[in-house]
Amino acid sequence: MAVGKEIKTKIASVQSTQKITRAMEMVAASKMRKTQERVLAARPYAKKMSQVIRHLAQASSEYKHAYLAEREVKRVGIILISSDRGLCGGLNSNLFRKFLGQLKTWDDEGIEVTMASIGSKGEGFLGRLGGEVLGTVTHLGETPSIDDIIGVVKTMLTAYDEGKIDRFYIAHNDYVNTMTQSPEIVQLLPVYTEELEDELTHHWDYIYEPDAKDVLDQLLIRYIESLVYQGVLENNACEQAARMVAMKSASDNAGTLIDELQLIYNKARQASITQELSEIVAGAAAV
Amino acid sequence: MSMTIHVDIVSAEESIFSGLAEMVYAPGELGELGIAPRHAPLVTRLKPGEVRLDTGKEELDFFISGGILEVQPHVVTVLADTAIRADDLDEAKALEAKKNAEEALANRESDIDFAKAQAELAEAAAQLQAIGRLRKTR
Repeated sequence: MAVGKEIKTKIASVQSTQKITRAMEMVAASKMRKTQERVLAARPYAKKMSQVIRHLAQASSEYKHAYLAEREVKRVGIILISSDRGLCGGLNSNLFRKFLGQLKTWDDEGIEVTMASIGSKGEGFLGRLGGEVLGTVTHLGETPSIDDIIGVVKTMLTAYDEGKIDRFYIAHNDYVNTMTQSPEIVQLLPVYTEELEDELTHHWDYIYEPDAKDVLDQLLIRYIESLVYQGVLENNACEQAARMVAMKSASDNAGTLIDELQLIYNKARQASITQELSEIVAGAAAV
Repeated sequence: MSMTIHVDIVSAEESIFSGLAEMVYAPGELGELGIAPRHAPLVTRLKPGEVRLDTGKEELDFFISGGILEVQPHVVTVLADTAIRADDLDEAKALEAKKNAEEALANRESDIDFAKAQAELAEAAAQLQAIGRLRKTR
């Protein structure tokens, strides 16, 4: 009986799609756990770093670093951190929307923008957007190392040192929880040190070895790098979470679709049986 | 009880050690440092080498490839680098990032075409869907 052959094929194809999305969901779930652990593992460094920077900002040092001083803003630099792969819901497009909004605000204020990107989605986006792109890096994988991002950060820091940019931001997704990822734009330079007025008010200073300038230079560069790295890790965790949710809803949708198709198939089968029966009955009556 | 100082050794990728020690030895840039509890505040760069901790019971070794050491009277923090660092190496990486960007921009044409093709495909698919719906209602 060749009833609803097309429907059967369709059901099979949706089922195989559902299998794929379900597998991707599970892969994303296990990767998400790992990426979350990585975010947590990287947190102590950034925390310690900001403590040291805080102490340094309070210490009555004879040397004021360029990274700590505000200057008039004519041009800003921003690194856009995105995922390398798609199929993760609206994660990247939400970030890009926020990014565009920020670009527009700057544009209205007459501030020019220099960009760089981490992740291939962002690279493609900046390419289509046009404008000055200082550096890009892609395919960091699930275990990004700080090694991978040094180059991009360095291009931005050099631009800052040369006075080509007066502020430095990163745009990335912040991991709130599995269901929520919020796109964030964070200022990295000049280093923001306001909230820390209260503790340790007496005058003191570190002993610097070899000297204040060298140590501060290195420390601040590491600090910025660790913040960018943290951003990359957060974004990674977001990517996996978003993919998990997107794939879950895809599997669910496939399930509903299969149910509907199955119903149509059953109805068609029933109809054909009824028709056959009535034909037989009609035939018998005619004889 | 002997005097101890809290030691944290962290790298950008993980926390390596956190605990108490009686004495900390670190490879400072100007020579090896020995840090006892209540040391004066100090910040220094570290050379690649060993950070040794004397916890009173045992001696622990950690190899680091450079970093920064911060000393507060009761806390020692070692901010270890995981990457091998040198100025010219950083420079090379920066150049590579720049090259990546240029290549991406050079390929912009094809990228746009891709996006365009995708848009056209979506449009065609929508048209097909509409035609299908029309057929059904007829």
